[in-house]
Amino acid sequence: MIHFDNVTKTYANQGRPALENVNLDVEKGEFVFLVGPSGSGKSTFLRLVLKEERPTSGRIHVAGKDLARLTNWKVPHLRRRIGCVFQDFRLLPNKNVYQNIAFALEVIGKPRRFIRKVVPEVIDLVGLEGKRDRMPDELSGGEQQRVAMARAFVNRPMILLADEPTGNIDPATSIGIMKVLDRINRTGTTVVMATHDAAIVDSMRKRVIELEYGKVVRDQSRGVYGQAY
Amino acid sequence: MRAQFVFSEVWIGLRRNLTMTVALIVVVAISLSLLGTGLMFVKQVDNTRTYWQSRVQLSVYLCSPGTLGGTCQKNGPVTQQEIATIQQELNSNRDIVSAKFVTQAEAYQQFRSEFHDNQPIVKYTAANQIPSSFEIRLKNTEADALPVSQVVDGYPGVASVVDDSSILGGFYRLLDGARNAVVIIAIFLLVAAILLVANTIRLSAFNRRRETSIMRLVGASNFYVQLPFLVEGMIAGLIGWLVAAGLLVLVKSVLLSNLHNIFPTGVTLTTADLVEVIIVAMITALLICGATSFLTLRRYLRV
Repeated sequence: MIHFDNVTKTYANQGRPALENVNLDVEKGEFVFLVGPSGSGKSTFLRLVLKEERPTSGRIHVAGKDLARLTNWKVPHLRRRIGCVFQDFRLLPNKNVYQNIAFALEVIGKPRRFIRKVVPEVIDLVGLEGKRDRMPDELSGGEQQRVAMARAFVNRPMILLADEPTGNIDPATSIGIMKVLDRINRTGTTVVMATHDAAIVDSMRKRVIELEYGKVVRDQSRGVYGQAY
Repeated sequence: MRAQFVFSEVWIGLRRNLTMTVALIVVVAISLSLLGTGLMFVKQVDNTRTYWQSRVQLSVYLCSPGTLGGTCQKNGPVTQQEIATIQQELNSNRDIVSAKFVTQAEAYQQFRSEFHDNQPIVKYTAANQIPSSFEIRLKNTEADALPVSQVVDGYPGVASVVDDSSILGGFYRLLDGARNAVVIIAIFLLVAAILLVANTIRLSAFNRRRETSIMRLVGASNFYVQLPFLVEGMIAGLIGWLVAAGLLVLVKSVLLSNLHNIFPTGVTLTTADLVEVIIVAMITALLICGATSFLTLRRYLRV
């Protein structure tokens, strides 16, 4: 599903590469934790998958597509197959729960009937029944992140990228977030989650890829957060 | 494509930076009306030129009793033989299309009808005081007027040669000057309008960077992300154009009509001329607003 072949990414005006000779494969339906300290290259990895950045060298395949050969006007179609969740939720403050989720479908031109059908379904999936008319500032951090996950998942993407989704959320609420991610993963969606949260990684027992200074230093299935130390 | 979505986004954008939108509309309106006024001046000048060029271009006045100019004092009134000689000379000249002889009686009739408002002048002017003349049409007014007038000037019986374009020259210069001033100001204002469009769109894009970043993230096409901004710029331009169209109608009916009273040129701008100018203004507005929005968006809303 995601295939990195000897990928190096160096940002302009920076000496050390953000990613250096990274080789890895993520299969369809996998759940992968991406761990490592700040600046280790986790966010660069996610940006490369979305083609927000181009690699300095090496090849990247996402959902069967060679990103180097993907023309600019086809990038939006790639992104429709990838859902994204962030630490800061990125909800629209002037739209309610339903409208925030529907927005993701409206802007890719889905018919209104389709939107009316699938948005309530996904609201149920993330556990926000009865809160569809709430505004984001009326919700807790955990609930806002559920809205963001619903928005990321509503178009049934093949891949869900989560960049520290529990970074702004207390541990008790985080468990609920992880349950939703797990539920999404069980529908067949590949999930890649960058995180600092050792407790979560240890409890989930999924594949762990550890980055340090832009290099893959550990890749183990059913891993834990700090095993290398 | 969902039109309702695009237009609700456009409406939000126009409302959110209302002051910039109003400034943009005002500048577009003023620059377009000045540009239109300049175009109407151009048309007025052109129409007047064509009108006069199709008429008399050079008048050769002949001696009548009491005329002082040219050879008249020495020779007295023009004789039939002198008229024939001059006619022959004019007919043989290749630069002349036609030379029509106007008798004193004809000239007097014309004089009376032109000054019918001013009876004292008519009353005290005798029929034989109005000179007979040749009215000459030239192939090429600008270039031939001087050489041709030199040919007949000084002939026995010729009082004076008058180049009609020199009489209209002052009028033309006035119109040309007014047109140039108006067009130059219009160009400056159009540059200001372009900068304002760019700035308005940039502010709008900045105001909605949350929305647009999410749109890109969920895979909205560039077209879908940019269209609301593009439409926003064009709508502001069109409102400005509507205001300008109103001002242009006003300019035509008040300003140019007054000008016509001062200089009775025999030519007025038609409604078709006005419509043409207004259409040119609309195309200018759409081009400027559309192209500037598009270029600004390429810079500020990249994939």
